[in-house]
Amino acid sequence: MSLTAPETLVFWMTLFFLIFAFLLTKMGWKPILNAVKEREKSIEQAVLEAEKVREEMAKLKADNEKLLQQAREERENILKEARELKNKILAEAKSEAEKVRNDELAKTRKLIEAEREAVVKDLQNQVAQISLEIAEKVLKNQLADKDKQMDFIKKNLSELKLN
Amino acid sequence: MKNFFLKSIALLILLVFSSNLTASEGGGQSNSEEKNVNIGELIGHHTSDSHDYIIEIPFFHYTLHLPVILWTDKGLSVFSSGKFQGDNEGKVVVTDKKGNRFVKIHEVIYYADKVKDTHHPNVFDFDSRPLDFSFTRNALAILFVFILLIVIIHFTRKAYNNPHKLPRGIAGFIEPVILFIRDEIAIPNIGPKKYEKYMPYLLSVFFFILLSNLIGLIPFAPFGHNITGNIMVTFVLALFTFILTTIGGNKHYWKHIFNPPVPYILKPIMVVVEVLGMFIKPFALMVRLFANMFAGHTSLISLVALIFIFGSVLVAPVSGLFYVFISFIKILVVFLQAYIFTILSALFIGLAVEEHEEHEHRTA
Repeated sequence: MSLTAPETLVFWMTLFFLIFAFLLTKMGWKPILNAVKEREKSIEQAVLEAEKVREEMAKLKADNEKLLQQAREERENILKEARELKNKILAEAKSEAEKVRNDELAKTRKLIEAEREAVVKDLQNQVAQISLEIAEKVLKNQLADKDKQMDFIKKNLSELKLN
Repeated sequence: MKNFFLKSIALLILLVFSSNLTASEGGGQSNSEEKNVNIGELIGHHTSDSHDYIIEIPFFHYTLHLPVILWTDKGLSVFSSGKFQGDNEGKVVVTDKKGNRFVKIHEVIYYADKVKDTHHPNVFDFDSRPLDFSFTRNALAILFVFILLIVIIHFTRKAYNNPHKLPRGIAGFIEPVILFIRDEIAIPNIGPKKYEKYMPYLLSVFFFILLSNLIGLIPFAPFGHNITGNIMVTFVLALFTFILTTIGGNKHYWKHIFNPPVPYILKPIMVVVEVLGMFIKPFALMVRLFANMFAGHTSLISLVALIFIFGSVLVAPVSGLFYVFISFIKILVVFLQAYIFTILSALFIGLAVEEHEEHEHRTA
């Protein structure tokens, strides 16, 4: 390579480089770099936001799950309580019925007892009456025929036994 | 089918390049050495800067005479490079309006009266030549690359009018590169706090190097310039990195240079080493990019030149295949060099501006 005057290209290269580096910076590099940066920032922001939304969704879902779980438990509880109540009411009703029946039974038994006592008393009274009547008849018969009366008494007595 | 396609491309490249060579041969050189091609000169002609822009595509040949802008002893002097009539050996003397007399030797303009050795004059003898600020072929190429870059970035920018839409079209191609530079180069090397300030510089440098060299791989006008294979261009790029490093350098950076954490007896040596390192780092940047690109262009032209060295058309298929092969390697090299220049710039800037705590944290 034959060396030409060195100042020629040093001058032009410096001049052109300064001018065009300035122009390129103003109309090219700066806007492009800014646009790229802006875009990267917006992408980063979007990603962050998506992450946040996802977290919120997860939280919401967890909340829902919890609520659902609570509701389920509540339902279970209510059902259980209802079952218990039913059983209790049934048991109560049963015992009540038992009691009522027993009472009724006791009352009836008492009535029957009283009735029977009354009958027995009546019977006793009637027996006494009848005995008296028989005694009266015996006494009357004794007066007529001793044997006959004796038979009569026997006959009456046997009749009484049949009664 | 694919093979056939590659072969046709190789043939096309060959055709284009050989037409380039013959054309420049017929235009520039004298008739006496028609067959005896000076390969070294040819490579120099194709890789270095020039005051004329010779557009050579098949069936079309046009020499664009670019303006010559000189800062002479008597002030500014501007005229067309066509006045030298393609002369590069100091034979045509051009006189401007102020009475200065110039000759052009190997694309450098000297005062006709002051230059002593017209065969191998010293470029750095500033008494014998005016300061040359001509709008040369490479200056035009640099402008072209930057305008192309502006257009590309303008269309990329349009994709971001709706901030919530994903980039489509050209932005879909450019954005991953921008993100790569941000996430893999700027942030790890400079740190998440300060990287934003340096992103425009890193992006400009990366895309300039990438685009200028990709364009440099297309072997016909208006492409095919050897921009970053010119050491002055890489010098300017490295200079910007050096300036950013020096301006951005924090207390820790300067302390590390002038008071390095070494035993007292080693301090004088280390200070010298560190101060040299300040300059060696950008110097390495400059040379690495220049050497890679210059070597690439040289090897590509040499491969085509093989046809003329052997003087046989039978060499053409071999040269052509190798040309395509090296071109593919160069595509890789172009991306790699753009990446390396950018990441090393970021690293040097990072070393200078990074907070000490961050630095320790990173190494831990």
